[in-house]
Amino acid sequence: MTLKQIVEKLNLVILSADKNLEDKVSFGYSSDLLSDVIANSKEKELWITLQIHLNIVAVAKLKELSGIILVNNRKPDEETLKKAEEENIPILSTQDSAFVISGKLYALLDTKK
Amino acid sequence: MICQGNGFIKKFNVQGRNFSHAGIVSTKIKEILEEIGIAPAIIRRAAIASYEAEMNIVMYADHAEVILCLSLSAINITFKDKGQGINNIELAMQEGYSTATDEMREMGFGAGLGLPNIKRNADKLDISSSPGKGTTLDVTFYLNGKK
Repeated sequence: MTLKQIVEKLNLVILSADKNLEDKVSFGYSSDLLSDVIANSKEKELWITLQIHLNIVAVAKLKELSGIILVNNRKPDEETLKKAEEENIPILSTQDSAFVISGKLYALLDTKK
Repeated sequence: MICQGNGFIKKFNVQGRNFSHAGIVSTKIKEILEEIGIAPAIIRRAAIASYEAEMNIVMYADHAEVILCLSLSAINITFKDKGQGINNIELAMQEGYSTATDEMREMGFGAGLGLPNIKRNADKLDISSSPGKGTTLDVTFYLNGKK
């Protein structure tokens, strides 16, 4: 499933890199610890987190993640958005909690993995 | 540093205590390794170790020099910083141990996973540190598929 399809199905709000939504998402990864994401996430996964600072963009770029979903309607810092545009990393937002959006994404991706 | 022979050498500077540039050097190292055509599994490990070492510099040092050295048999990366150093290396290597501030923890750092992540991903890790002066990490990845 492409990131664009996920955005539509889960009603995510696109905050950055809206031209970079055509890639296929491999799976999801939910974590707020950056060392954990660096160590354990895999390429093309969609990252679910409450972290909103600049460093999430560097982590997503280094790990070649397909994008970042910010939970609980959290708003990223201005510099985070600027960096995400520069690096072409889609940042998406949801009102759902991490648990709820993880469940929804899992249900979407599990059968079509 | 164990850079031998006529290997490829590239130096980078990392500015400490500046979160806005964090991740740039580890991303550059990853890009260089990709261009050269190193096996993806080795690049993944080198990228994880480089990122963690770079974040330690950003959090605990004033400045550092990073030297990437490639030979036919290995990738060697040295992170030499001027900073607060590590008082007890054995303790710092334990998963979950961290001296991070509350602010760093709120940002999702300081889980005590940095050095253990480096050790787990490297084929060889040497650490030397002088408290109050700085720390040098010497990280090696063998290209012959040893790990």
